[in-house]
Amino acid sequence: MDWETLILSFKLASCTILVMLPVGVFMGRLLTYRRFHGRTLIIACIALPLVLPPTVLGFYLLSAFSGQSSLGHWYHQIIGHPLAFTFDGLLLASIIFNLPFAVLPMQRAFEAIATDIREAAWCCGLSHWETFWKIELPLAWPGIVAALVLVFTHTLGEFGVVLMVGGNIPGETRTAAIAIYDHMQALNDDAAGLLSALLLAFAFTSIILLNLLNQRFTYHEHKHIL
Amino acid sequence: MNTNTYSDYLQITMVQTGPIPLNIRFSCRQHELIVLVGPSGSGKTTILRSIAGLYKPLHCRVSCAGEIWSDDNQKIRQPAQKRRTGLVFQHYALFPHLSVFRNIELACSQIPDNKKHEYVLEMLHLVNMDGLERRYPAQLSGGQQQRVALARALARQPSILLLDEPFSAVDQVTRRKLRRELARLRQKLNIPIILVTHDLDEARMLADRMYILHNGTLLQDGTPTEILSKPANALVARLVDLGNLFSGKIIRHDPANNLTYLGWGSLELECRLRTEYPPGTVVDWVIPPESIILHRRDRPSRGERENPVHGIIEQSIPLGENTSIVMNLDDEAMLSFSIPTHTARRNNLHEGVEINVSLLAEAIHLMPKENTFP
Repeated sequence: MDWETLILSFKLASCTILVMLPVGVFMGRLLTYRRFHGRTLIIACIALPLVLPPTVLGFYLLSAFSGQSSLGHWYHQIIGHPLAFTFDGLLLASIIFNLPFAVLPMQRAFEAIATDIREAAWCCGLSHWETFWKIELPLAWPGIVAALVLVFTHTLGEFGVVLMVGGNIPGETRTAAIAIYDHMQALNDDAAGLLSALLLAFAFTSIILLNLLNQRFTYHEHKHIL
Repeated sequence: MNTNTYSDYLQITMVQTGPIPLNIRFSCRQHELIVLVGPSGSGKTTILRSIAGLYKPLHCRVSCAGEIWSDDNQKIRQPAQKRRTGLVFQHYALFPHLSVFRNIELACSQIPDNKKHEYVLEMLHLVNMDGLERRYPAQLSGGQQQRVALARALARQPSILLLDEPFSAVDQVTRRKLRRELARLRQKLNIPIILVTHDLDEARMLADRMYILHNGTLLQDGTPTEILSKPANALVARLVDLGNLFSGKIIRHDPANNLTYLGWGSLELECRLRTEYPPGTVVDWVIPPESIILHRRDRPSRGERENPVHGIIEQSIPLGENTSIVMNLDDEAMLSFSIPTHTARRNNLHEGVEINVSLLAEAIHLMPKENTFP
């Protein structure tokens, strides 16, 4: 059993959602409540990974992470190891290609909160920060959790960008999706089959959980047992 | 602080040309219930939101209970959190994830923690919602949600209560009940109430003073009786849904008998002396339907009473206890009025029947011609 690749995949997915939670909530709120110049451009940039071939995204990220680029060079200077073909690089790439899966659903979740609910909170004397904690976050929470489940599952299955940016270094960048490809290349069908079945089961369970979560909140709203 | 009972308890000046045009100046007393009436887009809700600090007109000054909440000259703009306003939103805006108790508790920051529980229950008692504190908003009827919203608005011990069409989302029966409750509640409150509504009956029933708004401008203010019997002009008359709005020409004045004679088509009507309109002036005029008196058919009285008018019934529509009559005056004009349905039946007042009515001179109200008022 290829535990190392599975653990690495879960580690990458977990780290990604840890970063995406604050980033997604911040960006989702920003895009919902603020109108500023360049907002449309930012939304387009966030949505880009949805339509861009993963290899294209991987190519640009690899260029940006390489020692010749200022980002790659700067990172190497500060941290002491390069970004390309390391777990850190993989995590940064994972954050970037997951932006649309986190930010857009979270934006929808905040947009679904009626303006007068926030205004009512202010009229009750709640500061903006209290309104965020006590009103907005609990109301947007189902959408936020759904976005995080989506990000987690998507990270486990991502192949193209991971291969381009991380390569295939066991214990460092060799995730389960890469391992499946490797096993297939080596005609090791059993190992590929087992890993695939595990990822399939996980993805399937996640979708079921998402639906249950969705139903629970819809049920609460309509059946009045929140 | 809240001891000012004079007309300047709340003072408002709001001026801007767009996007929502506003040109409003008004004040109100401490115990007054003011109703803002006007069509959609007249700026009613914007005024409430500006008082509450949720909207900033270009030029704005709001002071309440001796505190300045907004003043451009002094560069003061208190945020909504710092203004003691109780705002009941049109759709209540209850926090759906919190129980009734928590909804109200959130607005009680000024109450010490050990007294909050008791205070919230007291607020619920005030709005007749005892025992429902554990429910969630979705488990409440529209009327109950409205009461919770009211309790939440009052829980903050506001200096002013603002109600944005608070009865629009409930059925007729509940609406009547809630209106009565508001009328009762206001006797216990020591603060002014500003209520926004489309509903003229509601305004008539509840208002101490009505403000008629159009395109962000105050057209007229006064008691409901004043406005409904003496609208400032034809636009106000239309906005408060007065029928029987016509044009006529001043013929002459008769100060000795306190009368002005008004030419209306081929008729000459007597009305109360209004010397400010010289003879020859074209004016608009209205008469309330209750001042149109039907003559008895078995006792012809043309010429015997004031302002007799002859015509044919164009429409006779029974609407419950009353029947609405539209009377055609030789194709020159239509007069509308209501009579008790049993009277209409007894007198056989159906369409096509000739009738005579009197227009009570005292009730004929003259107004400047529509295009001559500012």
